[in-house]
Amino acid sequence: MHQTVPYSAVLDELEAEAIHIYRETAAAFRNPVLLYSIGKDSSVLLHLAIKAFYPAPLPFPVMHVDTTWKFKEMIEFRDKRAHDLGLDLRIAQNLEAITEGVTPFSHGTHEYTRLMKTVALREGIDRYQFDAAIGGARRDEERSRAKERIYSLREPGHRWDPRKQRPEFWRTANTQLAPEQSMRVFPLSNWTELDIWRYIQRESIEIPDLYFAKMRPVVEREGTLLMVDDERFPLDQGEVPEMKSVRFRTLGCYPLSGAVESTADNLVDLIAEMETSKLSERSGRLIDGEGGGSMEAKKAEGYF
Amino acid sequence: MSGYTPVLHLVTCGSVDDGKSTLIGRLLVETDSVPIDQLEYARTTRRGGSTVPVGEVDYSLLTDGLEAEREQGITIDVAYRHLNLANGRRVLIADSPGHEQYTRNMAVAASNGDVAVLLVDAARGVRPQTHRHLTVCALMGVQTIIVAVNKMDLVNFSHEVFEEVMSEVRTTAARLGVEQIYGIPVSAVTGANITTKSDDMPWFKGESLLGALAVWEPVGRVANEGFRFPVQFIIRAEGNFRGYAGTVVAGSVRPGDEVMVTDSGNSARVDRIVTSDGDLQEAKYGQAVTLTLDHEVDITRGDILASGTSLQPADRFGVDLVWLGEEPLAHGRSYLLISGSRSVPATVTSVRHRLDVVSGHEHAARVLNMNDIGRVEIATDRPIPMDPYVQCRDTGGFLLVDRVSADTVAAGLSRHAMRRAFNLVPHDYEVDHQARSALMGHPARVVWLTGLSGSGKSTIADAAVRKLHAMGIHTYVLDGDNVRTGLNKDLGFTPEDRAENVRRVAEVSKLMRDSGVVVFVALVSPYRSDRETAASLFVESEFVEVFVDTPVDICSERDPKGLYAKAAAGNLPNMTGVGQIYEPPVSPDLILRGTGDLEASANLLVAAILEA
Repeated sequence: MHQTVPYSAVLDELEAEAIHIYRETAAAFRNPVLLYSIGKDSSVLLHLAIKAFYPAPLPFPVMHVDTTWKFKEMIEFRDKRAHDLGLDLRIAQNLEAITEGVTPFSHGTHEYTRLMKTVALREGIDRYQFDAAIGGARRDEERSRAKERIYSLREPGHRWDPRKQRPEFWRTANTQLAPEQSMRVFPLSNWTELDIWRYIQRESIEIPDLYFAKMRPVVEREGTLLMVDDERFPLDQGEVPEMKSVRFRTLGCYPLSGAVESTADNLVDLIAEMETSKLSERSGRLIDGEGGGSMEAKKAEGYF
Repeated sequence: MSGYTPVLHLVTCGSVDDGKSTLIGRLLVETDSVPIDQLEYARTTRRGGSTVPVGEVDYSLLTDGLEAEREQGITIDVAYRHLNLANGRRVLIADSPGHEQYTRNMAVAASNGDVAVLLVDAARGVRPQTHRHLTVCALMGVQTIIVAVNKMDLVNFSHEVFEEVMSEVRTTAARLGVEQIYGIPVSAVTGANITTKSDDMPWFKGESLLGALAVWEPVGRVANEGFRFPVQFIIRAEGNFRGYAGTVVAGSVRPGDEVMVTDSGNSARVDRIVTSDGDLQEAKYGQAVTLTLDHEVDITRGDILASGTSLQPADRFGVDLVWLGEEPLAHGRSYLLISGSRSVPATVTSVRHRLDVVSGHEHAARVLNMNDIGRVEIATDRPIPMDPYVQCRDTGGFLLVDRVSADTVAAGLSRHAMRRAFNLVPHDYEVDHQARSALMGHPARVVWLTGLSGSGKSTIADAAVRKLHAMGIHTYVLDGDNVRTGLNKDLGFTPEDRAENVRRVAEVSKLMRDSGVVVFVALVSPYRSDRETAASLFVESEFVEVFVDTPVDICSERDPKGLYAKAAAGNLPNMTGVGQIYEPPVSPDLILRGTGDLEASANLLVAAILEA
């Protein structure tokens, strides 16, 4: 009676759901964009998008919000993927903040994130007049995400208003927009972090090397290991980065991405390590750590 | 692979008082579905009112709401969580908040549900909300209902209490036609019968809650049901590739099968089932694929490819609506109906009854308010194919969307297509309105004047008509008060009746336009969506929207009919501009100031009509 469900069958169902959402988004919106942030979730997102429209090419552009503080390897990986897959890649940046010299060290995490990510994203969406932005957010990432919709409505000014969120019935989506409204679309809503890794493994999806353990130069800041990716990292007097075997569970701006000590240098070891650790992946992300509900507050401002 | 279910969609019903948060929290923890840092948070953090000692897990914190909800005192309809069962099955939980008046939230959560877990507090027994939850689950097509009779520890694990609850629940379930219902006595606090069978209740022979979820299999989705494939997207690629992308929402399909395009009635055979992982020999329920056909047929997004049971387009349906909008349903108003990947304007033509979700009784009703469920008739602008909801959720369920705000105002469940729609075939007369216009020597138009009572609509219309008449142009004026003393004397001034008033006047003006005349409509018509409905009957150049913009204080000073005086005395609660709002047009073809020179206004209007 107790029939075992193979993991692959769960992935098949999640995949079909994501493809359905992609097709609906491509057909229903005037000018959708795929938000590509280079990490593992984005890699899965991109892979699914290509599957959804096979054999035709991707029917919409991809956009990267570049804070200029991403790991060097990420940018190399991005440009190579864009070239290999023939993507129409757009870059969104807050040039004003960059000119003013905003850095994660000078402005504090919250303000830095608001300026370099949230504002840059909003400006990018406005500049290209995208009416739907597809992102890789998952409901298991954080408690406040449990109530996020697959089709998440944004009011004028990209504001997320909990009162205006639309009920979601069946597979049927209300993709209508009133003037100046836009939509964020999350095809991976029902995926878990483990699903992402299992799917990467099953589909042989390319991901940046930073996810795998390797000797990297790190320093410790308030109990968090940070990688010194370039000379902009302010070292204390006489401080020398230590070489440690580390990897990253999530990728973002290198001064904000905590590394974990690990020897998992391949997918099999990595998944095994993940299944035993059971820490939520956002626990390594410095930007969420400022008080409960801070993720939600950022979302209300227009962050992903 | 005998139709096993990798992902089970679960809906949880019950209120905080029934111990729902504790139950869900425990399910998450016992299936190892909570990251340890979040578990640590639930061990150490305490919110006011919590009686759980620090150090133990306060399960309710794992299912906590959003800051915005707490601060603004609102409730977001559904929270989605997931857990993994020992046999590898994924359970997606849709949890709607327990406020018992929130029928709409329950309906959202239940819309995708395979199984519902309905909590009943053993100490308090079956309550009105238990009936409400059963009714909504049954209506939304949840197949299996597991009644979790909770807090058994508070009633000494009494078999009798459990049976009492179950017998009452079974009576209601039988009336509602629920396919499967069974009960499990549990204690979310002690964990009894949640993961494993409890020694406290040896009289209970069934599975534990998680055990029941692990072995559940669907009753329906049988292999020989009709095939349904709503086309979402047409994929064109090199080498003349033309494929129809979509998801199989019922039945299955194989290459060589004949499928019908529901709208045109044309049929073709499936040539290939394309996926990026290679062609398939069969596509089954839930699979997202791309079909190619053996010959070219006209297919657009929103068409349904179907076989097996017949699916014919119709333009009138008897449906159940779950009303979600804050504003009540207005019959006669045009909404956008979204069914699968298709959207079409639709009007609710009559409200038959409202359902009392507790007693199951049907009450006569003219409107539906938020959280109401009722049976109505709808008419769509074009024929569309919809299955009865009980046969297929995806092709039988639909949304109604407000055409101005774009909000989803109702979820609809198609019950039956109305046959009389097939018997009405408009006759195409050879002498049409263009032919009549030619004979008249001028084109026909509808000139729609909207504005507050006393703004000067009739006066301006009168002046313009005199000028046109002198130029040999045939005119007629449909004046609000004149129509209301005859054709519309059964209508009042509620928003619903105003919508119907506008609908009828618009239809009459369309008939008169067909006769070749320039029709003036002088009607307050305060609601934007009603006017848009009227405009949608005509091509753009035939319809001239004129906003007679006069400040309300001037209108009430003029008060030609003494209405403002009555409203001020409290005798006219529905007076536009006083008790009811007026929504000015966003982009009218012409704005005339009711305070301006009448001659000049009439000249402007005549010029606009001749130009249009």
